[in-house]
Amino acid sequence: MKNPDKTEQIEIDMLLETIYRQRGYDFRNYARASLERRVRTQMDSFGLKYISELIPYMLYDDATFDSFLRNMSITVTDMFRDPHFFKALRTQVIPNFAALPYIKIWCAGCATGEEVYSLAIILKEVGLYDRCQIYATDYNTNSLDIAKNGQYPLDKMKQFITNYNKAGGNKIFGDYYHARYNFVKLHKGIREKIVFSHHNLVSDSVFGEMNLILCRNVLIYFNQILQNRVFTLFNESLANGGFLCLGTRESLEFSSLEPLYKKELVKQKIFRKK
Amino acid sequence: MTQQEKNYKTIVIGVSAGGLEALSTILPALPQDFSMAVAVVQHMKEDGDNYLPEYLNRKCRLNVLEAKEKYSLKSGSIYIAPPGYHLLIERDFTLSLTVDPPVCYSRPSIDVLFETAADAYGQSLIGVVLTGANIDGSKGLKKIRKKGGLAIVQKPDTAEAQAMPSSAIEIAGADHILPLTGIGPFLKELGRIK
Repeated sequence: MKNPDKTEQIEIDMLLETIYRQRGYDFRNYARASLERRVRTQMDSFGLKYISELIPYMLYDDATFDSFLRNMSITVTDMFRDPHFFKALRTQVIPNFAALPYIKIWCAGCATGEEVYSLAIILKEVGLYDRCQIYATDYNTNSLDIAKNGQYPLDKMKQFITNYNKAGGNKIFGDYYHARYNFVKLHKGIREKIVFSHHNLVSDSVFGEMNLILCRNVLIYFNQILQNRVFTLFNESLANGGFLCLGTRESLEFSSLEPLYKKELVKQKIFRKK
Repeated sequence: MTQQEKNYKTIVIGVSAGGLEALSTILPALPQDFSMAVAVVQHMKEDGDNYLPEYLNRKCRLNVLEAKEKYSLKSGSIYIAPPGYHLLIERDFTLSLTVDPPVCYSRPSIDVLFETAADAYGQSLIGVVLTGANIDGSKGLKKIRKKGGLAIVQKPDTAEAQAMPSSAIEIAGADHILPLTGIGPFLKELGRIK
């Protein structure tokens, strides 16, 4: 007797293999449960009955593939999400950079940009922004466009401001943006030191030596094989004494690199390369 | 095979408004040698501290902890979803977390836990929907039943908020509709069968 569960697993494997070989995007080592949910949602939205029916689209239809790809990595975050993390970043990590002539920062998997702008605001307030170069990367070009634009829905501002104040912000948050209808746009001064570019953690390599890497709530989407690949990439990208910041529910625990890092701040998941 | 002879491995519980009391009633009833793992989604504010695991751990004989990604589910442990993250169960019985958009306005969402748990465990899963003013959990419970798992819903008139259990009964149906105080002892019985 055919087992429908097993059949579906075969279909997903074939779909991911097709996407990899035809389009170069490798989802094969993503954590499977959330990936399956996303694939099923897309299958439903296309009105399809079987996952394998998505395969011809991946092979032949660029527009459908693009929309599929966009929907594979939609996440939702806020500016200064986890205020205690940003507070620690401000008071205990960033002061270490004060003596550097030039500060290089990588925001890996920046999605729609809330996190990298939060960081930029902190750097501005402590007076180090002019010496910074921030690289904000993601594989999702649609998210990158939103990030580059620096424009967010007005109704999210209340949460952003609450977070900002909890994170130790001491200016008027409203001075960093202007409102436009139902949106707010961040000022150019906040955006000027950030370079947004396409980079895929799954397949791309090191592009510079960093003093700080922020990669929060990205690795939770990967299986252990892929997590280890990315940790190696980060390790090769970090200067000695550089900082690695993960999401508050992520860790280096299952990584072979753990001994190379000092747990600088345990609760905030801030690690320092020895 | 009758229901009582099935070998259940894991319980997933979804609860919203009124959850503290409901969980404090049910979970302490589970004995030290309980044969199943328990994963819980309790709706809460995204930016809150997660006091729940510690609070429940003091009341329970089983080990209550916050769910961590990549950890394997162990029988006799109770895993609570962290605020601001969806909790999922992988087919290799490890836990995953995501920051996917909220489902039913909630993150963590009960549907997300239930649906992925149903894929992982099929008929060896028990789903429990408790008090709440939301419809989260209904879709997930439906999937649990479709895959042959057991569905338990709190009797709505014993719930602080009736909408969630009522919706679950309407959309998914239930194998057992039990008053709050009856759920713990019932799970205890099911967890004894080997």
